[in-house]
Amino acid sequence: MQKLLLLGDEAIAQAAIDAGISGIYAYPGTPSTEITEFVQHSREAKEKGIRSAWSTNEKTAMEAALGMSYAGKRAMVCMKHVGLNVAADPFVNSAITGANGGLIIVAADDPSMHSSQNEQDSRAFAKFALMPVLEPSNQQEAYDMVHYGFDISEKYKIPVMLRITTRLAHSRAGVAKKDSKNQNEIKLPTNLRQFVLLPSIARKQYKSLLENQTPFEIESENSGFNQYIDGKNKKLGIITTGIAYNYLMENYPGNTLEHPLLKITQYPVPRKLVDKLYNECEEILVLEEGSPMIEELLRGLLDKGKKIFGRLDGTVPRDGELNPVIVAKAMGLKTEEGLNIPGNVVGRPPSLCAGCPHIDSVVALNQALAKYAKGNVFSDIGCYTLAALPPYESINSCVDMGASITMAKGAADAGLKPAVAVIGDSTFTHSGITGLLDAVNDKSNITVVILDNATTGMTGGQNSSAFGHIENICKGLGVEEEHIIVMNPIRSKNEENIAIIKKELEYDGVSVLIPRRECIQTIARKSKEKRAGK
Amino acid sequence: MKKDIILAGVGGQGILSIAACIGLAAVSAGMNLKQAEVHGMSQRGGDVQSHLRISDDEIHSDLIPQGKADMIISVEPMESLRYLPMLDSDGWVITNIAPFVNISNYPSVEEIIKEIEKVPNHIAIDADKIAKEIKSVKSANMVILGAASKHVGISYEELQNGVRMLFKKKGEDVINANLRALDEGRKFAI
Repeated sequence: MQKLLLLGDEAIAQAAIDAGISGIYAYPGTPSTEITEFVQHSREAKEKGIRSAWSTNEKTAMEAALGMSYAGKRAMVCMKHVGLNVAADPFVNSAITGANGGLIIVAADDPSMHSSQNEQDSRAFAKFALMPVLEPSNQQEAYDMVHYGFDISEKYKIPVMLRITTRLAHSRAGVAKKDSKNQNEIKLPTNLRQFVLLPSIARKQYKSLLENQTPFEIESENSGFNQYIDGKNKKLGIITTGIAYNYLMENYPGNTLEHPLLKITQYPVPRKLVDKLYNECEEILVLEEGSPMIEELLRGLLDKGKKIFGRLDGTVPRDGELNPVIVAKAMGLKTEEGLNIPGNVVGRPPSLCAGCPHIDSVVALNQALAKYAKGNVFSDIGCYTLAALPPYESINSCVDMGASITMAKGAADAGLKPAVAVIGDSTFTHSGITGLLDAVNDKSNITVVILDNATTGMTGGQNSSAFGHIENICKGLGVEEEHIIVMNPIRSKNEENIAIIKKELEYDGVSVLIPRRECIQTIARKSKEKRAGK
Repeated sequence: MKKDIILAGVGGQGILSIAACIGLAAVSAGMNLKQAEVHGMSQRGGDVQSHLRISDDEIHSDLIPQGKADMIISVEPMESLRYLPMLDSDGWVITNIAPFVNISNYPSVEEIIKEIEKVPNHIAIDADKIAKEIKSVKSANMVILGAASKHVGISYEELQNGVRMLFKKKGEDVINANLRALDEGRKFAI
């Protein structure tokens, strides 16, 4: 059969469809977005009635997926690594409730922070929750592991994390499909208290999760995904995790590596295999795409055992993603430097698109704030974060989804005046609403600017949960109606907009300004689709 | 046969259609492929690149090792230079010379072209102009691919098939316009 050319993300999506999911839940986030988009655009998924609309945030997505699992059906939930922080509460507790229908949580990490605020390693989160992890090294393995993951999820009644990183998520390769499975019928848990984490029940459930760690580890040793590949040169043994394997093998074309190699792609860490490598080799090199988690375990607190090389001793850089050259250097191989970049090449950072409504909004905001000292504008995650860069330099914070409103509130509580929050429509419904309620209840003196471009822009223009709801939400939270003002962010209205903002900055209380104009990217896409439809 | 190709440009310029043409052609010729793309923040007008690897043998890394790329195909002149550290000493730079200026400190285009000409193996082509001349401004990418066609390690007929497959849904007119653009680029480079 002809292989399909799929991104790692798409391989996961196709596998989920083939493994018989009944629903996929997610909030867009690079590099995980394309998993859910693939299901949304799949005719096969539509025919099978797989639900796939965007959730309001990762927590609601995680909980809905858990609910689907409760009902006995297979569900997948996808998020970027920092999205897992948002979903942390249900994620951690889902290991204790366990699953009923198979449940896979995809965490897409972004080492080197190509499109993220940090490079946290989701394997740490899974270890914290005592949950098994699958970490594919290529697109085919990603496809196969989804099938396997659902099987062990149902076998042990445990949610399973599938951890990928940017390069796998966004790299295309040929993938062979398996036969597709039917969806599960509705079947409630045999024990109707399984999902009731009252202390007396949770204690029992937690004990059984702890007891299951041994079978999970036996699965890791025997599933075939973790591979011990022997080599005759035992001076050095190598452990790779996830896609680090590829960067190692790239340097040994035709499988010419002479060292014993343990390729880890499934957790809990298979200790028997690690023990074998450790005993047979004089020194160990650990290559991990992410944090030095296995390296730390191997070294232990005192690092008094065999010589270990990795990220912690500088053999491999402590941060950032790996690549073939970093691994070649760690192996002491010769590397090429290529030509130098000529001096006249300048940086080209991402920027707001020409015609973007956010430009008109932040230009007006800058002018309205001109009479105050700089440093009064809190923001968060979205295209508008780019307004931190020249030429606008409008915003002074970007921490996490929704933090614009709550940080402005805290600063206002401290006496900063004015305190402005700049947040997008999708980010507002993701995590801004509860913060706005805090501000209303506390009568905080903040001006909230909700940039409504009717989409989740940064990730490529997905539907926004906020669409059509913003004013009503603000009213419902108790923002006074005369201080909920919709504006038109276009150049010809600049003076009018400046005047509105200035007035609200003076107002002593919570005001919400809503500059509303659709994202020019989604307008362009829609008109293209319309033309193509004709 | 093995080719490692860096595709370069600015977010939104559509370097992935070049990658897709080569990729479709390579896969239908029975080759292996890995292609790392850039999604997310950089797509907003930032510099973007794609690592395209095709080979008869197994391909391990999604990323091309530094100093080992056979070719840089760029739809923007300054961007072709950004990835010179990736290029093998025998490698080719094949680039559009029409600049995409979305930054205020864009350097002198003449100076950029001088730097391109310093690379021993290079093809510098005004793909925008050629695309305009054949009244198909959206096909500049295919003009550049045509200019690169001698060096991508796939027969021209297979590349043409790649173009047909990529634009199949858009109808005969679009296919023909892109095939014409591919021809014009190839003619320029010979």
